[in-house]
Amino acid sequence: MTEPLIYDLGAPGRQGVIMPDPDVPTTAFPADLLRTDLDLPEVDQLTVVRHFTRLSKLNYSIDQGMYPLGSCTMKYNPRLNEDTARLPGFWSSHPMQEPDTVQGNLALMYQLQEWLREIGGFAGVSLQPAAGAQGEFTGVLMMRAYHVSRGDTRRNKILIPNSAHGTNPATTSMVGLEVVELPSDERGDVDMAALQAACDDTVAGLMITMPNTLGLFEERIEEVVKIVHDCGGLVYGDGANMNAMVGVVRPGDLGFDVMHYNLHKTFSTPHGGGGPGSGPVGASARLADFLPAPVVGIVEEGTDDQPPLYGFVNPPKTIGRLKAFYGNFGMHVRAYTYIRVHGASGLRGNSENAVLNANYVLSKVRSKYKVPFDRICKHEFVAEGVWADAPGVHALDVSKRLMDYGFHPPTNYFPLIVHEALMIEPTETETKETLDAFSDALLKIADEAHTQPEVLTSAPHVTPVSRLDEVAAAKQLVLCCRPIPAWAEK
Amino acid sequence: MSYSPHTDADRAAMLAAIGVKSVADLFADVPARVRFPKLNLPGPQSEMETMRELMNLAEANADAQHNPIFLGAGAYNHYSPSVIHQLLLRGELLTAYTPYQPEVSQGTLQIIYEYQSMICALTGMEVANASHYDGATSMAEAVVMAYHHHREKRKKVILSPAIHPHYRAVVKTYMQGAGMSIVGDEDPGNDLPQLVKMLDANTALFIVQTPNFFGQIENLEGLAAQAHAAGALLCVVCDPISLGLLRPPGQYGADIVVGEGQSLGIPLSYGGPYVGFFATRKDYVRRMAGRLVGEAHDKDGQRGFVLTLATREQHIKREKATSNICTNQGLIAVAATIYLSLLGRQGLRRVAELCWHKSHYAAQEIAKVPGYSVDTSKTFFKEFVVKCPMPVKAINPLLLDEQGIIGGYDLGQDYPHLQDHMLVCVTEMNSKDEIDDFVDALGEFSA
Repeated sequence: MTEPLIYDLGAPGRQGVIMPDPDVPTTAFPADLLRTDLDLPEVDQLTVVRHFTRLSKLNYSIDQGMYPLGSCTMKYNPRLNEDTARLPGFWSSHPMQEPDTVQGNLALMYQLQEWLREIGGFAGVSLQPAAGAQGEFTGVLMMRAYHVSRGDTRRNKILIPNSAHGTNPATTSMVGLEVVELPSDERGDVDMAALQAACDDTVAGLMITMPNTLGLFEERIEEVVKIVHDCGGLVYGDGANMNAMVGVVRPGDLGFDVMHYNLHKTFSTPHGGGGPGSGPVGASARLADFLPAPVVGIVEEGTDDQPPLYGFVNPPKTIGRLKAFYGNFGMHVRAYTYIRVHGASGLRGNSENAVLNANYVLSKVRSKYKVPFDRICKHEFVAEGVWADAPGVHALDVSKRLMDYGFHPPTNYFPLIVHEALMIEPTETETKETLDAFSDALLKIADEAHTQPEVLTSAPHVTPVSRLDEVAAAKQLVLCCRPIPAWAEK
Repeated sequence: MSYSPHTDADRAAMLAAIGVKSVADLFADVPARVRFPKLNLPGPQSEMETMRELMNLAEANADAQHNPIFLGAGAYNHYSPSVIHQLLLRGELLTAYTPYQPEVSQGTLQIIYEYQSMICALTGMEVANASHYDGATSMAEAVVMAYHHHREKRKKVILSPAIHPHYRAVVKTYMQGAGMSIVGDEDPGNDLPQLVKMLDANTALFIVQTPNFFGQIENLEGLAAQAHAAGALLCVVCDPISLGLLRPPGQYGADIVVGEGQSLGIPLSYGGPYVGFFATRKDYVRRMAGRLVGEAHDKDGQRGFVLTLATREQHIKREKATSNICTNQGLIAVAATIYLSLLGRQGLRRVAELCWHKSHYAAQEIAKVPGYSVDTSKTFFKEFVVKCPMPVKAINPLLLDEQGIIGGYDLGQDYPHLQDHMLVCVTEMNSKDEIDDFVDALGEFSA
């Protein structure tokens, strides 16, 4: 079941949308600057609609079923948010308009900054980062800038527990700092002796994911923060797992100095098959001056019958600008809508239910899957997808077989500290019936691994394509379906 | 209002299965001192009430659906066909994750492969990635790539001052830890011949934008050879609509071509989400950041697509990765692909032609208004610079209040020598009537 490429549909002369003739006197083109070819498809509108509709049907999505991808928080994306983001005033306002002509946008951004500040317990928030990874990058740049501003230029190390997100080490290198990996102890927490030994006056800070990628809350988090602060370091919180924590604990109250939020995880903006995301950053009092510029502020206080005037302000020691304009505004509208609908009680309820659901699935599958760090988990847990008495079956096979049962697989092979990891995050929007069906599928697969392993190793059987040869694809790279133009050959 | 489905009975049954008495017991490991803080947020609200609140906020804005707009400066009001928005609301595209599991992600993967192919065709390059956050971050990634390409030995980047000011600012933010010297844009008077003189054995990358921030088409013939003679790479930033008409940068030797894809049918949405495209030569593919989709085959020989060259990426290479990028702008790249499929070979050319004709008509008419003059020193595409008889900050509120028109960009904000200069943008969306009204209105503010 494959779909032809768009370039193989259509015929010369066809068009999907006809643009009008010019209604102004024409001006001659600059002959020497014109291109001679334009290798784009030529397809009628219905064929375009059918092509992309058929392609969409080859995807699995939250709208179709449970998507328990660990650390990705694949919860329901409320449709109200899509409608509010498409209101003409938001959808069609231009980022370079004068601030007094977009007070609705600025009021919304200001309020969202305030709400995120309150949820995280921080002194300031910038909405600018476009994704979680860019939020991380922002946080580490801010930690570096803080030390440099104090003349403390020896601090070139970032401590990263091996249970942290995979992006953390790459982010550190992008900022030009050195990674020091910390081991975990037998309970899945940061190894305190290793942390203590690593902390000295060359440490810029610690990057910690909370809950960590084992889905566990660091039991000695306050001690961890204190040790880092005592050596002059700062603490960065990776907020990717914040869905377990909203209304439960504010990272700022624990002493975190800076953290990114993932609006596309915790605050339900759709993942869109890999973006757009949005990764606002919150900062403590001593780091707030370093936030990316600009942020939205009140430039003229309101009165009883006049709203305040909002405008852009640059934090005094800002690290600068992370992208053009002000962040992924469309995602800000969706997150605002989501927070407004839930209120404080609804948001806390979401975190509680997310944690309840993860522990429920854990309680059901524990009998047949080894869970190496088995204690009350938060929004996700990590099991091993491998059995000593079923050689030849791997976590990947379990994942692929889940597709046959109508579920998206969990995150595979991460975190690296668990052998053959299956990282499962159900989220709060699944019903008990769905959680039961998913758990039953996992239990059946565990039986199949022992009775008919070939059903697993040859899975999936019901998908549009079976397992693809990724090794061959990386060796014989085909990244573009069009012929290379003659001028590029030289 | 909440989207959590549990009844009290569900919750009781689940707690019993877990073996705890209450939901609070699941959080016993959180320090009691800070557990369950009272959040100072508004109370919950129905969808209906929330919609009303958001409508009120949206209506406080001026916007391009209600007001003729002559503002560009990096974000453009182009026609966005209905098909794009109807298709983008399909849950299969909207609510899927990054396609890590190719067997259940062939839709997204094939569309991104088609996107990569179209970006190659547009720019005249050999490979394109699955996108970056926006045009500015694409340009910053070009700097990172060039820096790694030269094994971190070359520490200088030359930026034309006629590159979008936000893009230049983002490069400086990205590279603050690398100890690079970013030169060229310190003097807004630096033109291409002066920038070329800065090329030396320490230069990693030379970046120029065309049409530049002022809408002018730069003459880049021979520039690649000059950059290459110094051992540097050449990056060209461009607007994809202009490539419907103008020679692609691949044809005059660019090593990297980046830009903002928002012009390709993406709504203005107050600056985002947009999509940054990034194209380069095959030789550099392993140094390029971002996700890449490649063709693959399954065990039955069926064609499919996968994320490939993951060995460059953060989750495998950790601190040695080309960048920390996880997501791209997937859905926005899908929108751009649908746009290019609908417009096609003839349609994109037509949009570019309309921008050309209408902007030139507007420039000619504005030049006739007493007190205004248009910079015609270089060929322009859809934006041009107008010298005004009074501050732009004074003209724009009058335009909006009296005529409902959103005026052009105040260049004095970024270029002190361009006080009282307006960057005017005209696209296919501006009718002749709108242009004439704009010109008439300007005539009234000439004193």
